[in-house]
Amino acid sequence: MIWIDTIVQGVLLGGLYALFAAGLSLVFGIMRLVNLAHGDLIVLAAFVILTIAGALGLSPFVAAVLAAPVMFAAGWLLQSYVLNRVLGDDILPPLLVTFGLSVVIQNGLLEGFSADSRKLSAGPIEAASLSLGPVTVGVMPLLTLVSAVAVIIALNQLFYRTRLGRAFRATSDDPVTAGLMGIRPRNVFAVATGIAMVVTTIAALYLGIRANFDPTIGPARLIYAFEAVIIGGLGSLWGTLAGGIVIGVAQALGAAINPEWQILSGHLAFVTVLLLRPRGLFPRAND
Amino acid sequence: MTEPVLKIRNLTARYGDFQALFGVDLVLLKEQTLAIIGANGAGKSTLMRAVTGILSSPADAVCLGGRPIGHLSPPEVLEAGISMVPEGRRLFPSLSVEENLMVGAHSRTGNGYWTLRRIYELFPILKDRRRSPGMALSGGQQQMVAIGRALMSNPEVLLCDEISLGLAPVVIRDIYAAFPAIRESGASVVVVEQDIGQALKVADHVCCMMEGRITLSGAPDELSRSAIHDAYFGVSA
Repeated sequence: MIWIDTIVQGVLLGGLYALFAAGLSLVFGIMRLVNLAHGDLIVLAAFVILTIAGALGLSPFVAAVLAAPVMFAAGWLLQSYVLNRVLGDDILPPLLVTFGLSVVIQNGLLEGFSADSRKLSAGPIEAASLSLGPVTVGVMPLLTLVSAVAVIIALNQLFYRTRLGRAFRATSDDPVTAGLMGIRPRNVFAVATGIAMVVTTIAALYLGIRANFDPTIGPARLIYAFEAVIIGGLGSLWGTLAGGIVIGVAQALGAAINPEWQILSGHLAFVTVLLLRPRGLFPRAND
Repeated sequence: MTEPVLKIRNLTARYGDFQALFGVDLVLLKEQTLAIIGANGAGKSTLMRAVTGILSSPADAVCLGGRPIGHLSPPEVLEAGISMVPEGRRLFPSLSVEENLMVGAHSRTGNGYWTLRRIYELFPILKDRRRSPGMALSGGQQQMVAIGRALMSNPEVLLCDEISLGLAPVVIRDIYAAFPAIRESGASVVVVEQDIGQALKVADHVCCMMEGRITLSGAPDELSRSAIHDAYFGVSA
């Protein structure tokens, strides 16, 4: 029975990793941009939620709703005025720029908020649990997984049911021909990054409630996000959820055997999938 | 009296240090079909890239209905009223047939003649295949999608770049059979072709290009075989 419980906890943890990864997957899927600052942007969003919640005395959930448009605007501006300038055939300039951005965000947050660990306080819900047959699950981890599934469903609806989603996919396929059809690829990229930042804000909300955070933890979140995206198959949103769950379950099983093995187990699962399925579990057909 | 809809004046184009077009002059009259013929490397596709804004050119080198558009970007050129069927069709692989057609209407704001229903009337086979991935279709059907996609923006001018390339004669015939309906919709058409016979059949006016220059221009019935041969190959027949 304890193994079932461990796996369930791993699946729930996978929801958080999927949220870390969904924004990264969205941006990579549309513009083939690997954003090395993604983890730091999650931490930035957590500090934005913290600031709004502290200043207005709001619950972090309400503060996240207010932070989402702020982060959308930040993403739009970042893409329009920085990243669009370096996108091209050469993948090195965007890597260097986002690496630099990562350093800038970390140091900016250290200046503004110091190196102290912070946490978002959601009140009694943090300790609440539900009994689901043989296992008991925390309300917050369950809410995290449900939010991850909701985000993936919403992004899929956006991709496959809307005019904007069509423009996303057409631009991802062939930006030059998309331009001939009246689509402005740079605007599409800016909107995509804005949406990715909204997803990042949701990830930041659950990260900040689940654990302490400080300005330097971004790169570690980036690694989990990367692993989830690559396990799932580059650019596949449902694959990203599956990738997050694979890492979460591997970490939970590793921790059940020996608590020191938790992080290592996740990385081993990543390497194993990469060896067996180099294109991930659900690769896009036309990648 | 038919009026000019697209005027190209002294258009030059470069790829870095390489000059691909040398002072090209062209006029497309309203609701007419202009065929541009020439061998590989003559500059036909470069001309299309310059007109659609993929290659930059001086503002007044390309005028649509008297408005200078040479400096505009491809989306702005489309909004001005010029759409293109690109060489090689360039369908979006991750989109279905119907989604490919809908992308053509992305920047459309009002009503117009061309709707999904009319595209399906023009190419009935596409209606049956509308849920299929665009790339799963035969070459001829893909070309129909590419033409339908370009029409969905309700262009004043439709540019068709090498639409018969790589297709069987019977398929080419089916595709060109749609052209009278396209012209009846009010669109003027520029057809870039290597197939001289096909170009002469559909065009009201023919221009021949060689090495980035217009070497011959006239109505199909005014042009002799030998004159076309000389202009096309640059040697006397």
